[in-house]
Amino acid sequence: MEPMIRIENVSKTFKSKDNTVEALKGISLDIGTGDIYGIIGMSGAGKSTLVRCLNFLERPTEGTIYVEGKDLSAMSGRELLKMRRSVAMIFQHFNLLMQRTVLDNVCFPMEIAGTNKKEARKKAREFLKIVDLSEKEKAYPAQLSGGQKQRVAIARALAMDPKILLCDEATSALDPTTTKSILALLKDIHAKYGITIVIITHSMEVVQEICTRVAIIDGGELAESGTVEEVFASPKSRAARKLVYQGERKVAMMKSKRCIRIVFSENSSFEPVIANMVLECKASVNILLADTKDIGGTARGQMVLQLPEDVQVAERMIAYLKERNLAVEELTDYVE
Amino acid sequence: MWSEFQLSGAEISMLLEAAGTSVYMTLASTLFAYIIGLPAGILLVVCAPRGLKPLPVLHKVLDIIVNITRSVPFLILMLLATPLARAITGKSYGANATIISLTLAAAPFVARLVESSLLEVDKGVIEAAQSMGAGTWSIVCKVLIGEARVSLIVGSTIALGTVLGYTAMSGAIGGGGLGDVAIRYGYNRWVTRILYATVVLLVILMQLIQMAGTGLSKKLDKRLTD
Repeated sequence: MEPMIRIENVSKTFKSKDNTVEALKGISLDIGTGDIYGIIGMSGAGKSTLVRCLNFLERPTEGTIYVEGKDLSAMSGRELLKMRRSVAMIFQHFNLLMQRTVLDNVCFPMEIAGTNKKEARKKAREFLKIVDLSEKEKAYPAQLSGGQKQRVAIARALAMDPKILLCDEATSALDPTTTKSILALLKDIHAKYGITIVIITHSMEVVQEICTRVAIIDGGELAESGTVEEVFASPKSRAARKLVYQGERKVAMMKSKRCIRIVFSENSSFEPVIANMVLECKASVNILLADTKDIGGTARGQMVLQLPEDVQVAERMIAYLKERNLAVEELTDYVE
Repeated sequence: MWSEFQLSGAEISMLLEAAGTSVYMTLASTLFAYIIGLPAGILLVVCAPRGLKPLPVLHKVLDIIVNITRSVPFLILMLLATPLARAITGKSYGANATIISLTLAAAPFVARLVESSLLEVDKGVIEAAQSMGAGTWSIVCKVLIGEARVSLIVGSTIALGTVLGYTAMSGAIGGGGLGDVAIRYGYNRWVTRILYATVVLLVILMQLIQMAGTGLSKKLDKRLTD
């Protein structure tokens, strides 16, 4: 199938009086119809320039972009304006019109496209309902929180009836909870309208949360691309590894000193006892030692676990393990 | 001793008429200055090297014209504009003739005020409009002017105040209005009470302009949350 967006050998060089910056160097990438495609990189990697090439807000110095098979560099000014009406974009700083109400902001792209005012208002109200901001239609952007502003921007994007939605660091200015809710909204919209979504971000968490495929940009070059699972499981390039581990560094260290030793003697080897316990108690444990083997279908051996700090959760875990017929013994001074 | 400050009925009506003339000259010349200066200011922004439609040559020419006209002191510009004023109004003195030179003096100033207001508009919002497929014309009308409206109003308040000051100066060379009265009675004949009265009236006019401008811009500004 023909990709929604084909990026073919795109380079972009910014020239000023005394220096030239190569923002993009020969990038080729296909973004499939209906994908949620993550483009990730450290700041300054060129990802924002790349996304601006996709709707020709920046003209590539070399190479071509095809949207639905059409070569953007061959388009006239008027054709470009028309093409942009099917490619919506949302931004890190929302970029709403501060002197217009929420409703008029959502009407704005329809105003540009020449939709009559009454119909535009009707449609705008529908989109505000989708982003759950119906009661704010008369408010001004200055009266809204960051998350609400981004919802308005999403409603405004939907008002263009787009085939593609470009998100330029759309959640980078938001707190983690709001980020989650915005990503959930994007997922809903993707499911409902089947819009191809391109997400520019520096956060691996965002990519894992929502994207199906990912491309990693490093120093203006494409470091690697593939499905999110592939890249996350076995990052090949240095840039990918850096981004993947950046996410891992955030895993909390176990602080509790409470450890237990469990002895396996009669449980089936095929019963995932520890994993089930973790799922049941919704808290992680740290395996400090594991020496188990499968003897004729029965698990034999021992394990030392570091329990979570929360006493109640720790007790529940011990109770669970005992229920599963394991011998549980508390260890003192196992960790310093 | 207050008797020497007592204005006669004839003096009062003369002062009020002069105030009316000053208001008329101020409003008319500011309006004409905006008819020239607003498009010029927009062109300065749009045609700038990094503007919406870069036209470096036009931008440079405009920039130079604005700078030259702004660097000529108002009174000298007024003298220079006398032939033009005579050609248009048939007279080289009086309120209408002064409006011509006032307009010429204020237009480049207005162009700069408009330029600086429009440059304040968030580049991100302009980019958002571009990403929606908005053409230059709709970006100018809907984004630049719409978003900068408060700043434009503050600018026009400044312009009105400045032009009011210019009208008073124009009295020195036969302009008309309060400046004319102040010079004829206050300076040439040393009638102090009339000199003071013109100052009081000018202060009141300036206050009114400022209050109207501030009030309107506060009312229109939706960036404030309250």
